[in-house]
Amino acid sequence: MALPEDDPATASAEAVAEAPLVEAPADTVAGEVVLRLTDLVKTFPGVRALDGVQLEVRAGEVHCLLGQNGAGKSTLIKVLAGVHQPDSGQVEWRGEPATFANPQAAMKAGIATIYQELDLVEDLSVAENAFLGHEYRNFGFVRRGRMARHTRQILSRLGHGEIPPGRMVRSLPAAGKQIVSMARALSHEARLIIMDEPSAVLAHDEVGNLFRIIRELTAQGIAVIYISHRLEEIREIGDRVTVLKDGRTTAANLPARDTPTRDLVSRMTGRTIEYVFPDRPTDDSAGADLLQVQGLTRTGEFADVSLNVRAGEIVGIAGLVGSGRSELLETIYGARLPEAGTVQMDGKVLRPGVGAAVRAGMGMAPEERKSQALLLGEPIYRNVTLATFGRYARLGFTNAAKERAEADRIAETLELRPRDVDRPVRTLSGGNQQKVVVGRWLLGGTKLLLLDEPTRGVDVGARAELYQVIRGLAAQGVGVLLVSSEVPEVLGLADRVLVMREGRVVREAAAGELDENTVLDLVMAGSLMEGAPA
Amino acid sequence: MSDATPTPTATPERPQLPAQSPPVDPAETAVANNKAGSGGKLSWWRGDGGDGAKRNLGLIGVLAALIVVGAVTKPDLYGDPNWVWNNVLAILQLASVVGVVTVGMTFVIIGGGIDLSVGAIVALAGVWCTTVATQSYGAGGMIFTALAVGICVGLVNGVLISYGRLVPFIATLAMLVAARGLAASISNKQTQVSSSTFINDIAARKVIGIPILVYILGAVVLAGWVVLNRTTFGRRTIAVGGNPEAARLAGINVRRHTMLLYALSGLCCGIAAIMLTSQATSAQAAMANLYELDAIAAAIIGGTLLSGGRGTIVGSLLGVIIFATITNLFAINGLSIEAQNMVKGGIIVAAVLVQQFQFKSVTRLLARNRVTTAT
Repeated sequence: MALPEDDPATASAEAVAEAPLVEAPADTVAGEVVLRLTDLVKTFPGVRALDGVQLEVRAGEVHCLLGQNGAGKSTLIKVLAGVHQPDSGQVEWRGEPATFANPQAAMKAGIATIYQELDLVEDLSVAENAFLGHEYRNFGFVRRGRMARHTRQILSRLGHGEIPPGRMVRSLPAAGKQIVSMARALSHEARLIIMDEPSAVLAHDEVGNLFRIIRELTAQGIAVIYISHRLEEIREIGDRVTVLKDGRTTAANLPARDTPTRDLVSRMTGRTIEYVFPDRPTDDSAGADLLQVQGLTRTGEFADVSLNVRAGEIVGIAGLVGSGRSELLETIYGARLPEAGTVQMDGKVLRPGVGAAVRAGMGMAPEERKSQALLLGEPIYRNVTLATFGRYARLGFTNAAKERAEADRIAETLELRPRDVDRPVRTLSGGNQQKVVVGRWLLGGTKLLLLDEPTRGVDVGARAELYQVIRGLAAQGVGVLLVSSEVPEVLGLADRVLVMREGRVVREAAAGELDENTVLDLVMAGSLMEGAPA
Repeated sequence: MSDATPTPTATPERPQLPAQSPPVDPAETAVANNKAGSGGKLSWWRGDGGDGAKRNLGLIGVLAALIVVGAVTKPDLYGDPNWVWNNVLAILQLASVVGVVTVGMTFVIIGGGIDLSVGAIVALAGVWCTTVATQSYGAGGMIFTALAVGICVGLVNGVLISYGRLVPFIATLAMLVAARGLAASISNKQTQVSSSTFINDIAARKVIGIPILVYILGAVVLAGWVVLNRTTFGRRTIAVGGNPEAARLAGINVRRHTMLLYALSGLCCGIAAIMLTSQATSAQAAMANLYELDAIAAAIIGGTLLSGGRGTIVGSLLGVIIFATITNLFAINGLSIEAQNMVKGGIIVAAVLVQQFQFKSVTRLLARNRVTTAT
C-alpha cells in the first residue's frame, strides 16, 4: 500500500510575501519557551486521558497538535485553559511553575482558548463580547465608548477594522465570530492562544484570512497552539508539530513543513490499547439488502450519499466530526428531512418521521447518550422499554411487571451491572448506560440498528463487551450501521467500511482491504483522486 | 535542544486488557435473578414515580403542622369533633375546584409545558354553558358545553404550541387574555344565573355526609393518578417532559402528545367550570380569577419539577389542600387576606427550598439504608 508523498511547498507565494516569519526554518524559531509541559497526567473514572504529555511552545511560533480522536487533545486544552486540573506533572508558564485553578486564572495569566464551538454570547455586541467579564467600568457603569474604541483598535490589529464594535454577534458569519473570539483573546493581553480546529467552521477562502491573522499574531510574539486534522493546513501555517496518541506524546517538535506524512500518520496510529474485536464470520453470511439509501442530500451536511446495509452485516462509516456522519444517520432514521434522495427499508420507501422508521424496524443509539437517549432520573426498565412500552400495554394500561421482566432479560443478555432494573439510569457507568440504549432496541424485533459513536465515554472493558453485543446482533441477522470517529473501531468491528469526508463518501471497501493509515489519510487529506485502489 | 529530532517515546506494547467478558458465574446469576424477582413484587398502590412518596411525606408533615397551629390558636373549636369534621369537609370543598384544575396543570408541567390560561378557560366554559341558549338544552347540554369548550380551547393551545412552535408561556398567556375577552363579550359583562337545579345541586348536596364536589375532586385525582402511573399516556408524558429528544428518537410522537396534554388541561378546566358555576349558581367573565397561579403553586409545592419529567398527582393534591388549609386557618382566626397571601408566598418558597435541601439528604439516607439492607 502506497502512501501519497506530501508536497511541502503548499504555502502560496502571496502568503510568503505577507509573512516573512514563516520563512524561518522551524528549528531556529527565535523566542523564549513560554510553555513547557512535563509528564502531564490526567485521569477520569475509567479513562487515562493524559498519560505523560510533553509539550514545549515558544513565543512567536505556531505549534500544531496532531492526534486521533481520543488521543487527549481536548483534555490537554482544557488543562491549559484551567477547566481541568492535572493529576500529576509540571506546567511551566513563562519560566515558572504554574497551576491554573480555573478558566479566569488561565486567562489572567495570558492563555486564551478559542473553542471549536465558539463561546460567544450571540445577543451581545462585538465589543461586549470582546470584553465579557472584564468590562471597563466606572462605579458600576460600563464605559461603552472606551470599550468600543479599544475593540476597534484590536479589530484593526487583526486586520478586520471593518467590523463595527456595536454590531450584534448573532448577525456575523462564522468567520466573523471567530475574529471576535480572537479579539477577546487579545483584550486579555494573551501570550498564548489555543485554537481548537479553527478551520472547521470556515469556508475554504476564509481559511487564508485566518492564516494571515495567525501570522500577524505570531509576528507580535504571541504563541499559537493550533489543532487541526487537516495536514495541508498544518504544513502551511505550522512551525513545529507535537503528536499525541493515547494521551502520550509520541513525537515532539517535528518540523511542520518537512516531516513526511508517512511519519506523522505512523506516530498517530497503531494504538497501544488494543481492543479485542470479535471474529468476523468466515462465510459470507449476510442476507438480502435491508437498507438502501440513494442520493441522500442535505445542503451543508452531506451530499449524494448512497449506501446499503444487508441483514446480518455491520457497515461502518469513518470520518471526522463535522464530516456529516451523524447528520446522515439521523436523516436515515427520519429525524431530519432529506432535501433529495430516498431511504428504503426492505425495498419500501420510508415515509418521513422517526415513527415510520421505528415501525419499519429501525432503531438508533444517538451520539449524545445523556441528552438524546436517556431519561436519567427514570429507572432502567423504563429506559429500556421507552420505545416498546406501548406494545406490552393493554387498552392503554402499562404492564410494569412484563416491562421489568423484559428489561431484566435484556440486562442479563447484555450483562448489565448492577442488574437492578429499578435503579435510576443516572447511577450507571457510561458503558452500562450505553447498554441500556442499545438494549432498548433488542426488545422490539429491530432489524436495523444505527449506532452513533457507541463507545464514546465507555471504558475499555465495557467496550469489548459492547463489541461482542453488536457482533452477536449481526449474527442473529440484524443489520448494523455504525458511525465512529475512532478508525480502529470501524475497521475492527465492521464488515464493510465507508469513508466520509466533508459530507461525501470518498471510499467504500471491505474492512479487510483497508488499514488505519489509509483511512486516516483519506479522512484527513481527503485526496479524492486516490479513492480507488490500483 | 532536540527540536529537529523526533522523540518517539516508544511505548512498549501494554499487556492486553482482559477485554473478553469473564465467564458468567452461575451462582452470581442466581443471586441477580433473586434480586430481580423480589424487585418485581411491588405493592399495587405504589406509583412508579420513584422517590415521590418520600417527598409527599414532607408535605403531610407541613399539613400536620398547620393543623397543630389551628389547634393551638383555637383550642375550643378543635375540641369539638363535630366542628373538626365539618371543617375538614369545608377545606376539601374549598380545595375541590382548584384541585381539579391542578390535576390538569400537573400533567402539563410534567410534560414540560405550562398553562397560564386555565383560569380564563374556566371562566369561558362557565359563561358559555350558562347562556340562555345553552341552558335551554338542560343540565346535560350545559355540562357537555362546558367540557367541549374546555377541550377545544385546550386543543387550540396545544396546536399553537406543538405545531405553531410557540413557547407555552406565550401561547397560553395570549389565551388567558383572549379567552377572558371572549367570555366577557359572550356574557355581555353580565352575571349569568344558572336556572338548572341539577347543576346548582352539585355544590349544594351531600352524599353520605360528604359534598358532591369532594367526590368529583376525588374521582379526578384518582383518574389522574391512574393515567399518570398506569397508562401509556402517563408514561409518554414523563418521557416527553423528561427528555423530549430521547422520546422523539424512541419513536414517540412528541408533538401530538404535547397537544393532547393541553387538551387534557382544558378538560379539567371544563369540569372545574361546572363545579364553580354550581357553587355560585351563576357564571361571569371574571370568575376563577388567578386560578392559574394557585394551580401552578400547588403543583410546585407538590414536588412537580417546573422543567418537566417529574411530579406526582398526590403531591399536587397535597399542595392544594395545604393552601386551602391556610385559607381556612386564617378565616377561623379572623385574619386578613393580605396576611394570608404573604404566608402563602412564604410557603411556596419554603416548600421548594425544603425539597432542594432537606429531601436530598433524606433520599440519600434512605438510599444508604436500602443498600445496607440489600447486602
